[in-house]
Amino acid sequence: MTAEYTDTELLTTVASKILEDERTVMVGTGMPMLAAMLAQRTHAPDVTLVYEAGGIGADAPALPVSVGDERTFHRALTAAGMHEVMSYGQAGLIDYGFLGGAQIDRYGNLNSTVIGDWESPAVRFPGSGGANDIGSWANETIIAMRQREQSFVEELDFRTTPGYLDGPGAREEAGLPRETGPSRVITQLGVYRFDEDTREMTLDALHPGVELEEIHEHSGFEIHVPDDYGRSPEPTDEELRLLREEIDPRGIIR
Amino acid sequence: MNVIEEGNGELVGWEHPDDARQWMAEEKSRAFEDKRMTAAEAVDAYVEDGDLIAGGGFGHVRISTPILHEIIRQDVTDLVVSGKTAVFDLDLLIGAGQVAGVEVAYSFGHETRGLAPASRRKVESGEVEVVAEASNGALQWRFLAASMGIPFVPARIMAGTETFEKSSAKVVEDPWSGERITLVPACYPDVAAIHVSKADRYGNAVIDGIAVEDPQLAGAAKRLLVTAEEIVDTEEIRADPDATDIPFFQVDAVVEAPYGSHPGEMPRRYYFDEEHLAEWIELSETEEGAREYVEGYVTGTDDFREYLEAVGGEEKLAELEAIERYEREADYPWA
Repeated sequence: MTAEYTDTELLTTVASKILEDERTVMVGTGMPMLAAMLAQRTHAPDVTLVYEAGGIGADAPALPVSVGDERTFHRALTAAGMHEVMSYGQAGLIDYGFLGGAQIDRYGNLNSTVIGDWESPAVRFPGSGGANDIGSWANETIIAMRQREQSFVEELDFRTTPGYLDGPGAREEAGLPRETGPSRVITQLGVYRFDEDTREMTLDALHPGVELEEIHEHSGFEIHVPDDYGRSPEPTDEELRLLREEIDPRGIIR
Repeated sequence: MNVIEEGNGELVGWEHPDDARQWMAEEKSRAFEDKRMTAAEAVDAYVEDGDLIAGGGFGHVRISTPILHEIIRQDVTDLVVSGKTAVFDLDLLIGAGQVAGVEVAYSFGHETRGLAPASRRKVESGEVEVVAEASNGALQWRFLAASMGIPFVPARIMAGTETFEKSSAKVVEDPWSGERITLVPACYPDVAAIHVSKADRYGNAVIDGIAVEDPQLAGAAKRLLVTAEEIVDTEEIRADPDATDIPFFQVDAVVEAPYGSHPGEMPRRYYFDEEHLAEWIELSETEEGAREYVEGYVTGTDDFREYLEAVGGEEKLAELEAIERYEREADYPWA
């Protein structure tokens, strides 16, 4: 019997398992840091954490609160700069990008810019930051966000970051590097992938205890459900211990 | 070259490369002259109403707070700010009423700490205008192009998005492959303020740890104000030339500013003052609160030394140094 866990802990452990060893992962502030650090301490000791401000391969005793603070290049392999890191990514050397957003559509395009009209927004968010870059050229993009009818939308208020744009072939047509794009979306309800023919969001696995209806109730567009979807594993006691006692003992990211 | 698509964001900071070259040739001294001055003198000499300004560092890391404060004290207004992960610095300038517009890559937030009430309020009300969108990659490559003396840099970003549509970039046909490629235009800020670990009196500057995009920004800026934790002898620079990130001939002013990144972090020296950042975030929830902060800590102090006393003086600074050295844990009042 696994202990009680939060939605963030479940997202983190599921995301962590996707990261393979001996790969590079570009991590943003928050949950991606937890997932990448957890992967390092479990199945992927040689996953290299890369931060967009310039840190590569940090080995820090504490969790960063910014993708540019000292903990992102503490005992690192390289303390470079943004030009270097963005260039490595654009050249094909960053395997995983980790993104979130306020809204996502069926093709995995993301909005982190505004809710409402761009000219006079109801809510202004920080904007792209490195998201558009990472979503443009990471070999695989993993998206982690909370799933609600208002965030899984038919039409984004603003397309900040490219997913599969308007469907199959659209990324390449726009001039983005081939064989890139979102590979997984992880929410508090399940894991989704993108159908190879339609590039539309498709259920990959439901989280423990989640009913199929819930994923439809929490989406503003139709999510495809194949016959053979899976079930995500629950966080193990050891994963929870690592997260709570070693990686984020102060509970900065919940 | 065949232009296929154009972003409709405002093209800020662009100049013909020959005009920029002429500026660099005529305005940037190659003499070994002592450029040390106070932050007040630097802002008075080099920052004007309506300027396009950019700050070094990243987010709350390695920001040039003394220059920021002087801009507010001297009431330099109508600034357009390059929002290259400009957060606390931009938020404070917006909160104090100095900003008219922002080109946004990442702004109006405090990273892990949440969104920024002051700047969100002013952008949502239209008081501060977003003049263009960009990505972090796009902005740093805008500075790279300027620092290289070329009009644009091609990059495989922003294509197919509204970030592109609201940017100043263009999509053209790559003359080799015939496929689409994004071009980001050079950007020459009127003034940049970069906080460094150490510099000599001429402006040769060293950044410990990641340089972020500061070397590119230093090469792009028409006026470059360097604030430094310490001023060192040129012999110390010559002893380790690998470490120099910014050469003296790009620099216009050198300001000695210990703890100059407060309340931000200075990597390997002192950690974020989370308590102070939480105070700003809370006060800036309202117009009155933001004013109270500015009057209490900025216009109510004569200079940066007085400000450091107001935020807790030696005791507080020693605490932040201990956290940076991992000798004690940080408190996160916002968590």
